Amino acid sequence: MGAALEIDHVSHSFGGFQALSDVSLSVPRGSFTALLGVNGAGKTTLFSLITRLYNNTSGRISVAGHDLRRQPGAALARLGVVFQSRALDADLTVAQNLTYHAALHGIPRRQALIRAAEVLAQVGLSDRLHARVSALSGGQSRRAEIARALIHRPEILLLDEPTVGLDVKSRAEVVALTRDLTAQGVSALWATHILDEIRPEDGLVILHQGRVLADGTAARIGGGDLTRRFLDLTGDAA
Amino acid sequence: MSDRHSPQILTPRMWLTAFMGITRREALRFVNQRGRFLAALVRPLVWLFIFAAGFRAVLGLSITPPYQTYVLYEVYVTPGLCAMIQLFNGMQSSLSMVYDRETGAMRTLLVSPFPRWFLLGSKLVAGVIVSIIQVYVFLAIAWFWGVDPPLFGYITVLPALVLSGLMLGAMGLFLSSAIRQLENFAGVMNFVIFPMFFASSALYPLWRMAESSTLLHDICAANPFTHAVELIRFALYGQINPLSLAAVTGCLILFFAGAVFMYDPSKGLWARRKGGA
Repeated sequence: MGAALEIDHVSHSFGGFQALSDVSLSVPRGSFTALLGVNGAGKTTLFSLITRLYNNTSGRISVAGHDLRRQPGAALARLGVVFQSRALDADLTVAQNLTYHAALHGIPRRQALIRAAEVLAQVGLSDRLHARVSALSGGQSRRAEIARALIHRPEILLLDEPTVGLDVKSRAEVVALTRDLTAQGVSALWATHILDEIRPEDGLVILHQGRVLADGTAARIGGGDLTRRFLDLTGDAA
Repeated sequence: MSDRHSPQILTPRMWLTAFMGITRREALRFVNQRGRFLAALVRPLVWLFIFAAGFRAVLGLSITPPYQTYVLYEVYVTPGLCAMIQLFNGMQSSLSMVYDRETGAMRTLLVSPFPRWFLLGSKLVAGVIVSIIQVYVFLAIAWFWGVDPPLFGYITVLPALVLSGLMLGAMGLFLSSAIRQLENFAGVMNFVIFPMFFASSALYPLWRMAESSTLLHDICAANPFTHAVELIRFALYGQINPLSLAAVTGCLILFFAGAVFMYDPSKGLWARRKGGA
């Protein structure tokens, strides 16, 4: 069985600005892989390519064995995405948002309501099914976003700095929730610039100025002091 | 997590589910925004009750098809106001697309496994359904004001409303792809909506315009909105205006193809946009 996500020699530019240069990485199935980089490193651009918001013209992106360029529908059906910015409609209830998202994956309403109850239980929001999104706290809102991303049962979750703007407690909850999901078999690519969200056993890719500077486990790359190592790597590259 | 694997092939039922889901969301947003419904209704009613009453004496109307006799100005202006509802609705949809793009809600739509033309088309059709409901409520109120086309006209106007709504909605969709920020929307109002509305046959017949300026007449005659108005006007009296039908259909194809091109990740402005959807 191949990796949940494979990115092979992908580059992307906006006019004359090279946002990504020859990026390759792999997310093994059922793993928690952190994509670490400072703001502007190219994390969101990479996510936009994986989700086909931008077209990848060089290299190859494969989701659960499906080439994104050749089989975009099959690849996107296996992706769950939690964007950096809010993607839920604040005027609608959690249930309405989730059933809408399910419909975008062709899941009928009745089945979607059952799945909505399931995924909300998974993220600890069972009692908020009929609450308006605008009434949720920041942490609850992020967990609802994760529930939205899970409703079509994806094989890999992409989370683009999902803890931005959250307080310490909510941040810890969202990280723990994602780790629980990987324990259940969902793969996760977690983009972040916060080092204490990464554990030694996690997969780690350090992205800086559109280039991969390191790829391996956090323990191997960090060698006991990930902060120091990260600063050394990005300092040299800057 | 069991049964994780998503189906590889999108079945017809899945396409229908996606379409219904997009339509339901538009309807829910519409119901939640009562102010939007009222604004959409008050605008043409102000024109009908106040503007038309004032201009009735000023603007003389000759007998022009599809009318077989002299008609009151209120009767003349009603199809134009129906089209105006659809024009504003199309722009409202365009505005909500730009807003969705700024907030990130648009990404949810675009990362769906369905093709982009289908997603945009479904959103377009959903918006048209909402606009047609508004038009029928307006026509019902106008009936009490003495605007009473033949009863069958209320049925024959439906396909015209569908087509004109699709064309104006597709135009809004196309424009939304080119608008980078919500703040730029005021420009669209000034440079698109108002010129389109006033340089059309919505408020005065084209022959009246020709009396003032031939060039202005030609601009009005080439305006797609004029053809949307005329399509509705003729359909309201059970007739077809072939030129308007062709113009509206042609513009619909053009605007929708343009919107799909612009929202394509590999083409249009979308491809050059840095910072996300």
